[in-house]
Amino acid sequence: MQVTMTVNDVEVTREIEARLLLVHFLRDVLGLTGTHWGCDTSNCGTCVVWLDGEPVKSCTVLAAMAGGHQVRTVEGLAKGAELDPIQQGFMQCHGLQCGFCTPGMMMTARALLDRNPDPSETEIREAISGQICRCTGYATIVRSVRWAAVAEAQAAAQVTETTESSEAGEIDNAGQPAEAVA
Amino acid sequence: MTTVHERVDTFHDNDQKPVGYGRMLRKEDPRFLRGRGRYVDDVQLPGMLHLAILRSPVAHARIVSIDTSAAEASPGVKAVVTGAMLAQQNLAWMPTLSNDVQAVLATDKVRFQGQEVAFVVAEDRYAARDALELIDVEYDVLDPVIDARRALESDAPLIRDDLDGKTNNHCFDWETGDEAATEAVFARADVVVSQDLVYPRVHPAPMETCGAVADYDAVDGKLRLWSTTQAPHAHRTLYAIVAGLPEHKIQVISPDIGGGFGNKVPIYPGYVCAIVASIVTGKPVKWMEDRSENLISTGFARDYIMRGEIAATRDGRILGIRTNVLADHGAFNGTAAPVKYPAGFFGVFTGSYDIEAAYCKMTAVYTNKAPGGVAYACSFRITEAVYLVERIVDCLADELGMDPAELRLKNFIQPEQFPYTTKTGWVYDSGNYEPTMRLAMEMAGYDELRREQAEKRARDELMGIGIAFFTEAVGAGPRKDMDILGLGMADGCELRVHPTGKAVVRLSVQSQGQGHETTFAQIVAEEIGIPPSDIEVLHGDTDNTPFGLGTYGSRSTPVSGAAAALVARKVRDKARIIASGMLEVSVADLEWEKGAFHVAGDPGRSVTIQDIALRAHGAGDLPEGIEGGLEAQICYNPSNLTYPHGAYICVVDIDPGTAQVTVRRFIAVDDCGTRINPMIIEGQVHGGLTDGVGMALMEMIAFDEDGNCLGASLMDYLIPTSLEVPDWETGFTVTPSPHHPIGAKGVGESATVGSPPAIVNAVVDALKPFGVRHADMPLTPSRVWDAMRGQARPPI
Repeated sequence: MQVTMTVNDVEVTREIEARLLLVHFLRDVLGLTGTHWGCDTSNCGTCVVWLDGEPVKSCTVLAAMAGGHQVRTVEGLAKGAELDPIQQGFMQCHGLQCGFCTPGMMMTARALLDRNPDPSETEIREAISGQICRCTGYATIVRSVRWAAVAEAQAAAQVTETTESSEAGEIDNAGQPAEAVA
Repeated sequence: MTTVHERVDTFHDNDQKPVGYGRMLRKEDPRFLRGRGRYVDDVQLPGMLHLAILRSPVAHARIVSIDTSAAEASPGVKAVVTGAMLAQQNLAWMPTLSNDVQAVLATDKVRFQGQEVAFVVAEDRYAARDALELIDVEYDVLDPVIDARRALESDAPLIRDDLDGKTNNHCFDWETGDEAATEAVFARADVVVSQDLVYPRVHPAPMETCGAVADYDAVDGKLRLWSTTQAPHAHRTLYAIVAGLPEHKIQVISPDIGGGFGNKVPIYPGYVCAIVASIVTGKPVKWMEDRSENLISTGFARDYIMRGEIAATRDGRILGIRTNVLADHGAFNGTAAPVKYPAGFFGVFTGSYDIEAAYCKMTAVYTNKAPGGVAYACSFRITEAVYLVERIVDCLADELGMDPAELRLKNFIQPEQFPYTTKTGWVYDSGNYEPTMRLAMEMAGYDELRREQAEKRARDELMGIGIAFFTEAVGAGPRKDMDILGLGMADGCELRVHPTGKAVVRLSVQSQGQGHETTFAQIVAEEIGIPPSDIEVLHGDTDNTPFGLGTYGSRSTPVSGAAAALVARKVRDKARIIASGMLEVSVADLEWEKGAFHVAGDPGRSVTIQDIALRAHGAGDLPEGIEGGLEAQICYNPSNLTYPHGAYICVVDIDPGTAQVTVRRFIAVDDCGTRINPMIIEGQVHGGLTDGVGMALMEMIAFDEDGNCLGASLMDYLIPTSLEVPDWETGFTVTPSPHHPIGAKGVGESATVGSPPAIVNAVVDALKPFGVRHADMPLTPSRVWDAMRGQARPPI
């Protein structure tokens, strides 16, 4: 069957087997190997990507089900050369070791900050509780997400200061990702 | 709030450390953060085929027949291979790391559920899996041996009838210590406490499962193998032995590895199958196991049934420790342990205490379970040893009515006794235990915790405080004592400084997340003054790195880290000679500081390491007898193991209504000698502590009486998530290793070793009002519930 979806803002159309899992479509067909395959049973979360802005475990989504939808993977997290604050936070706070769970953790964490810019430690732990990390013991992941939250709050404060001394119109178009949410 | 002891300084008197260790962000992170890690399953080669393995559904059976015709006709299938076909090429069996043999594909019998029976090679992974369903195997099911206690009974079914003359399921016996001397101290002791303990079978379950991509080029006879291995060089040698390929035509590449924890030390049948498949089909072949395959067939850990006995005076002086162990090694002895240490380093079961006598007797048996016994950050069975001693010391404290911290403090080996030879013959290199213990107690607020506990007990609330103090033996190991299948446990290192003063260092060890690209750059930078950012660390490719035994048993920093420091010093020694020529002074008149040599008493006359590198590669004259270039290679043979130690305190609360254990606080004070990158050390400790919570409270690979694995998915085998663990509290002391070039001891497994007894001790402490003296792991709610009702039972 043919499937068309938008992955990291790029529309792709491919001929696939109907039973192909989204994780294998991303990895084997599109070559986006940042999304990992760890358990097949939705327990480990190394395969988390966004489907229309919501984190999903791509080992339990058929590629066909993503047809007509927006998919975002870890490869679509940075804005060009600039790392997303979540990525910076993981680096600053040693939120990764082997790196295998990291893409899924970051996708979930980014989604958390998008709906809750100032999460508590408990809220962060709950958000990532469907994902397993065997290396870090989670504390540094929690710190990484908090680092990003604080960094974004500080950046927003700076933007606000700038806004007060400039025309609002310049800011409205600045730095907003072009992704559409269906 | 840390106690920092003086570091051993192995430099020349006038040499200053140029760069300094310390927290440094990881050089390897950017690629992982962008999803550009390079794991084995990310390898895509033109024309690559996919391999899937048919596994036995039963634990013990004779294979009557295998019909592969329907599978061969399945769409996309390129080959179907059985054990009988491998046997024709003499490839059906392979050596294990313990001098046993293991079936690559079963020929005569299957001996555990999940054993490899046949494989399919097809155009994609789905087609390969489809064809597995079409292979028809007829089994004549035999009674299995599942309980290790039954393995040596006279009527137990014989598992290893493949071994000539084998008439029972005995694997090996091993003993250490002095039986008579131990009996004597037990006979005169005021108090003897005995406790049966089970350390259940658990599984490392790294997030990346095991797999390989084999690419055999028939024209030049070269095999390239990307595989999930912690020991690429050792694997290369073994492939040469197994497959009969010349070793110089084998390149093993261990790219980014998604966690190892020992699970990726052994050679698995799947790797060999992928090699065979590539040779047979003439194409690259990828094999990636799924999670269930990983849990049911690859290297497990533990599975020790132990009796611990401790003898002491009435006032709490420990006199002797004795243990008897029944070890379940599964169907094949696949343990990775040095040849002379069939039980690994279990011999350190005397712990951190100055005692008079010790004795250990062990019997290992075969059962119809998966082979292995290597893994899960175990430092060669030290995890079991530390659990044993730290649990029975707590039992003794209970018997004596002493505080468990006080009992430990009273019996520690004292600083002036190091190097200390234990009663089982190990030479602890250095240690200063009391400050470590005191720091942990101070961080925990130990006395206040005990007061809180007393108040809660008065209100029938269940709170427990558990202590564990461990000494590990890591960094295997000295050539005279240790080898794996005849390979000495040394590590090589090569350092090249390029003309512009940038450097590349090549390691024989390999990273599964430990951050070698950062730590080793720091080690070399410290010695030679080139910034870590200018040092490229290469590892995990046997064609491009010197020989060495790999990363496990916390051996990277103790062995390979020493090699890296020493090779840098070797290069610096040559640089010093070149500098003497450039500055026209004698070598003795040069002082080294922050990456430059200057003339003693005249700091203005100096040359940097970068200046020297350019001269070394340039056209100008070099001192007589000095070759051009600035590079060196060494092979480091450690003179002893290193012995990190640590004090852990765990605080748990137990819900009396549900028996759910919550780890409220965990204080970990580690002493791993010289600390290179504290950020990475903290990460290693955090990960190990989480492993400990898993083993103590959640994880167990259980089997039913037919040998069905009951932990075959992550729905059944429970691993801690962010909700089961607290925010860790860590501290450190520094007692450098006297024999290691930079005084470092290694830390990779300390927390995995030390945390389970601390947690179990805390749970047992919480359950004291119920008269509980011991309860075995995993302390799940149902098992704690039973203990609260006086019905604690072993998990197997």
